[in-house]
Amino acid sequence: MKTRATGSVVRLAAPLRALAQRFSFLLLVLAAIALMMVGKVDTVLVDGIRGRVTDAFAPILDAISRPAATAARFVESVHEVVNLRAENERLRTENEALLRWQQAAQRLDGENRSLRSLLNYKPELASSYVTARVVADPGGAFVRTVVVTAGQRDGVRSGQAAVSGRGLMGRVVQAGEWSARVLLITDLNSRIPVLIEPSRQRAVMSGDNSGQPRLLYLSGDTALAVGDRVVTSGHGGIFPPGLPVGLVSEVGESRVRVQPFVDPDRVEHLQLVNFGLPGGLGANIPADPAGGLR
Amino acid sequence: MTGGFWSRLDQTGRNIAPFAVTVALMLFGMVPLRLPSYAAVAPMLPLMALYYWVIHRPDLLRPSVAFGLGLLQDLLSGTPLGMTPLIYVLVYWVVLTQRRFFLGTSFTMLWFGFALIAFGASVVGWLAWSILNLRLLSPDPALMQAVMTVAVFPVFGWLFIRIHRAFLQA
Repeated sequence: MKTRATGSVVRLAAPLRALAQRFSFLLLVLAAIALMMVGKVDTVLVDGIRGRVTDAFAPILDAISRPAATAARFVESVHEVVNLRAENERLRTENEALLRWQQAAQRLDGENRSLRSLLNYKPELASSYVTARVVADPGGAFVRTVVVTAGQRDGVRSGQAAVSGRGLMGRVVQAGEWSARVLLITDLNSRIPVLIEPSRQRAVMSGDNSGQPRLLYLSGDTALAVGDRVVTSGHGGIFPPGLPVGLVSEVGESRVRVQPFVDPDRVEHLQLVNFGLPGGLGANIPADPAGGLR
Repeated sequence: MTGGFWSRLDQTGRNIAPFAVTVALMLFGMVPLRLPSYAAVAPMLPLMALYYWVIHRPDLLRPSVAFGLGLLQDLLSGTPLGMTPLIYVLVYWVVLTQRRFFLGTSFTMLWFGFALIAFGASVVGWLAWSILNLRLLSPDPALMQAVMTVAVFPVFGWLFIRIHRAFLQA
C-alpha cells in the first residue's frame, strides 16, 4: 500500500523507526510513572475519574456477574442438600438459644425504654441502610475491594460502613453516581477504630491483605483472650458504634489478630450504613422513636 | 481492503478482535466467583491476551492501546493509577523484542515464555506496590497469582488460537 522505498531509504528508515518505537515505550513508561505520582498527589481528581469509569462499567459487570452468581448459588444449594440433616439439627438448637435471647432482649428493651424515659435520655442517632449487590471483586494480589450497585443517587457517601449479615465488611472509599467501591477490612490500607468488648479497650484494626487483620495501638497491660468480641467503636464519627467486626483469634507477643465474622469471598449482597450524623446526610431523617429492636 | 463499505466494516470488526478479547477477559476476570480466597489469586487474564496478541498481531494492539487497557484496569479495580499500564507496557516491550523467538514455535514454548513473562510481571507489580507503600511487602500473593495465571494459560491460549483462526486468518 505504501510507496516502495529504495534500498537506502529502508536502511535509514528501519533504525529510525526502531528508535522511535523504543522511544515511545520509554515515553509510555514515564507516563505510567507520572500517573502514579498524580494518583498519590491528587486523590480527589483520581477518585472522581474512578467513579465515572466504574459507573460506566457497572451495568456490564452487573450483567456478567449474574450467571456467575447463579452458578455459585447452584453449587451452594447442592452443598446444602448434602448437609441438610446436620444443618437442620444445628438450626434447631440455635433457634432454641435465640428464643431465649429474644426473651431476654425484650425484657431489657422494655426496661431500657422505661429508664430512658425517666432520665430524659437523648436517643442515639438512627442509621439507615442501603442494600447493594456485589458485582465485581477485582482482586489482584495486593488489593481487596468490591464494586457494588449503589451510589450517590441512593445516598451512598465515601466513608460509610459496609456490613453483611453477621458483621462489618468494609468501608466505602469511592461513590459514583450508581456504583460504589468498598475497601474490605482485610485490605492493606484499611484502618478501623474498634473496641474490644470485654475490656472496653480501644484499638485500630489494620488490614494486611491476609484473612485476619491485626489490632494496633493496644496498651501493653491489657488482658486479651482468644475469642474476645471486637466491635466498631464509632470514634471518628462515620461508623455507628457497636457494629460487630469479629473475634480475637490470636494473641501473641508482637501481634493480635482478629477473625472477621464476614467472609468477603462469599458475600453477594451487602448493606451500606448511613449513620445519621449531625451535618451528614442523615441529619434530616428523624431518629427512630422506638429506638429499640426491630 | 479496497472493497465496499461492508467489507471495510467487516475488516475493522475483525481487526478489533484482539482489543475486544482483552477487554472482555478483563471484565470477566473481575466477576465475583464466590470461591474461598479466590480473589487474591485470580489469574491475570488480560496479561495472557496481551502476551498472545503481541506475539501474533502486534499491529492490531499498539503499545498505546496496552497502556490504555492498563489504565482502564486500574480505574476499575482500585489499584494505584499507573501501575498496570507500567506492567503492560513493560510486558509489551519485552515480548516484542523476543517475538521472533516465540513466533511459530510449539505451544509448550509459548507456555514457557508466558511463565517467564507472568513471573516478571508479578515481580514488577510487587516492587511497585512496595515502593508506593514505602515498605517491603510479602511477595507471596503476587507469586501465587503468577502460578495461577500460568496454570490456566493453556485454556485461554487455546481460545486465542481459535479466535485468531476464526477472525484474522481468512
